[in-house]
Parts: sequence; structure tokens; C-alpha cells
Amino acid sequence: MIPDFDSVRLIDVSRNFGRRRALARVSFTAQAGDIIGLLGPNGAGKSTLISVLATLVAPTSGEVRYGEFSARTPAAALRARIGLLAHELFLYPELTARQNLGFFSNLYGLPPAGVDAALARANLLDRADDDVSSFSRGMRQRLAFERALLPSPRLVLMDEPFTGLDDRAIGTVAARLREIAAAGSIVIVATHDLDLAEGLVTRVVLVREGRIVGDEPATTNLRARYRSMAGGA
Amino acid sequence: MSFWRTAWLVLQKDFAIEVKSREVLYTTVFFAVSCVLIFSFAFVKEGVAPEGAAAGILWVAIAFAGTLALGRTFERERYNDTLRALLLAPAPRAALYLGKLLGMIALLVVTEALLVPLLAFLFQAELFNRFWLLVALLAAGTIGFSAVGTLFAAMLMRVRSRDVLLPILLYPITVPVIIAGVRGTAALIGPQPDEPVATMWVGILMAFDVVFVTLSLWTFEPLMTD
Repeated sequence: MIPDFDSVRLIDVSRNFGRRRALARVSFTAQAGDIIGLLGPNGAGKSTLISVLATLVAPTSGEVRYGEFSARTPAAALRARIGLLAHELFLYPELTARQNLGFFSNLYGLPPAGVDAALARANLLDRADDDVSSFSRGMRQRLAFERALLPSPRLVLMDEPFTGLDDRAIGTVAARLREIAAAGSIVIVATHDLDLAEGLVTRVVLVREGRIVGDEPATTNLRARYRSMAGGA
Repeated sequence: MSFWRTAWLVLQKDFAIEVKSREVLYTTVFFAVSCVLIFSFAFVKEGVAPEGAAAGILWVAIAFAGTLALGRTFERERYNDTLRALLLAPAPRAALYLGKLLGMIALLVVTEALLVPLLAFLFQAELFNRFWLLVALLAAGTIGFSAVGTLFAAMLMRVRSRDVLLPILLYPITVPVIIAGVRGTAALIGPQPDEPVATMWVGILMAFDVVFVTLSLWTFEPLMTD
């Protein structure tokens, strides 16, 4: 049985890499329908936090709870409910767009029909049989975005999802994130682009030096709030 | 997702990439053939090669070419960080290892299929006298070498000095495989092929395979989790 959950809870999560502490006693809860903006300066720990949530990095201490489940049990089934778009795009440049999505779709045990639907949503149906190495950064980003959403994940983790996208694609991606959150997913977006985050996120979690220094509903003047919370960072 | 299906998908994906790029196959085969040619120029005098040289050269070529291939196969998963995507999939992580291992074995089998006739020709070695025993030796040796190599290559993927560290870690552990392969092959290509000795080395290689494939499948998941 694939475990389902409607909340994700980090309880005092710390993560060290050698002597460097990337996350220090991080706690917060995300509910279904939330679009959380994970904001913070470079090196604040946003990507580590996303990797911990994705079960790719184990916390040094603390715990992550996915509803009633922990990250340890049942790990493989739990991963089926997590979609991750990382800074690196997780695509094979030697394969075509269709082969890339087909491979991941098979790996997740999904029906093949989903591949063409995802290609259509990425607006790449006409380039479906071209190698990804011939794609622009924006096209790769769109494809990687759809790859992350292939299994209809409950927890959607996006690290800089707007990188390389044109205006139209940004609008499409933002609309799609709103749509999947409205359908009951938990969306967590790490970004530096406060203008894009404003109007998209429903809650802001500010990370600095591995700690959460702010957690509040999104306001209209996100940049001013970011500056005051981050202390000018 | 079932264990075998996952391994098959990974193997199929690597095969599709290799068919397009042919990068690893060409590099491995070219290196292995060059190795054999250079040794043949050094050792074969007036059409006569030193006794047992062919066995040593065969396994040196397999080990060196295999090391080269190991580095390249995981380089693909490093580019765009696709290994993390594989680890995130709801599939048994040990099956990802098995898929990679099978790809590596297939690559070395193709290389060996070219190396053996070339060696037999250049060194006038009677490699086909006991053909099935030779196949058993090569298969068991290739599995053992690839099992250890695939695990180390995956472990070292995020290490900056992985190209240096891979042979340093790999060769001490796989020395028994190389020795067993050389001694077993030498027993087969001598003037009087010694089947019981060759069979004994096949047995030793198979025991090594069982131990290292089991250990690798068991340790792959914890080793891959940060």
C-alpha cells in the first residue's frame, strides 16, 4: 500500500556535514494545500532542508514525520508520494524527452499514457523525440518540472523552479503549482526570486544559517518582510 | 516496483544511452585492444610468446579496461545528478546497483569477446581448447570484479578525487579475482590443459562472487544515503 499523508512535520531536525552544521533544530509543519516559500540567502540551508524532506539526506538528529509515517518506514513506498525538482534537473541529456519521462514513469510504475500528457503540459510534444541535450535551459526546466510531478506527488519540493523560464512558462508553472496545492498537495518552493514568490506562496519560512528565523503567512510586501526577518541579509 | 523490473529498467536505460553515445564501449574496447597489442609487440618474438603470458595479459587488459569503464558509467549519473533521482524513486535501491552491475558485466563481456580471439591469434595461445571452462572463468571473474567495482564507483561518485581513489580501493580487493583468473586461464592454455586446476579456480571465483555480490546488495542502500 502506498502511504498517504496530509501533513509533513519536521521536529528539531539538525544536519551536520562533517563539522559544518547545515541545519540546526529546524521545526515546522506543512499542511495539504499549503504553498510554502522557503526563503533565505545563499548557503542558508534551503537545499539541505529540501533534501531532508525528500528523504535523500538523513537528519543527524530530529525527525521528519509524513502524516503518521516516519522517513524510515516504509521508505520506498513513501518516496512514491514525493516529487522533487532540484537545482540539477535529473535528466539524461543523451535521451529524448519522451525516453526521459518514460524511464521515470516506468520506475514509478505509472501507466505510459501519463508521459504524453506530461509532454503536452510542458509544451514539448513537438520536441518529444529530440535529445534533451539539444534543449534550451528553459525547455529542460519545463521537462524536469513535469518529471517531478509525474507520480502526482503529495509532497512537491521545488528548488528554484523558475530558473531559465520565460514569462509565459513562469505563469504556467505558477498556475500548475496553485492547481496541485488546491488538489491537496503540499508544495514547498525554495527560491531567491521574491517577486515571483509573492502572489504564489501562502506561507513564508525564512531560513538563515541553518535555522528558521521566520514563519508566517505570506504578505503583499514580501521583500520588506524578507529584509526585516533576515536582518538585511 | 519489483526488484528485477527496476534492475531491468536501469540496464535498459544505460543501454539506450550507450547505443547513442557509444562512449564507454569505444573507450573500453580501444583501451583493452591497445593493451594487448602493446604487450604482443613487447613479448612475442618470432611468433613465439612466453608461456603463460597470454593469461596475465588477458586479465590485466580486463582489469584496466574495466576500471576505465567503471568511472565512465557513473559519470553519467553524476552529470545532472540523476543518481539522486534514481534514489528518490520508489524502487529497491539495491536493484539500482544490480542494474548498473549488469550493464558493467555486459560491457566487459563484449570487450572479452574481442580480446580472447585477438590474444589467441597474437600469442598463439590455445584459448579455445577448453572453451566452456574459459567462459566459466571469464564469467566468474568478470562478475567478481564488476561487483566490487560498481559498488566503489557508486560510493566515490561525489568524491572529487574519485578517479585516483577508484583504482586504489578497487585493486587490493579484486587482487584475488585477478590472481584466480590468471592462474585458471594459465592452467587452460598450457601445453597440457589442467582441467581440475582450472575448475578449482572457477570455484574460488564463484565463492568470491557470492560473497561480494551479497555484500554489495546489502550495503548499497546505507552507503548511498547521505
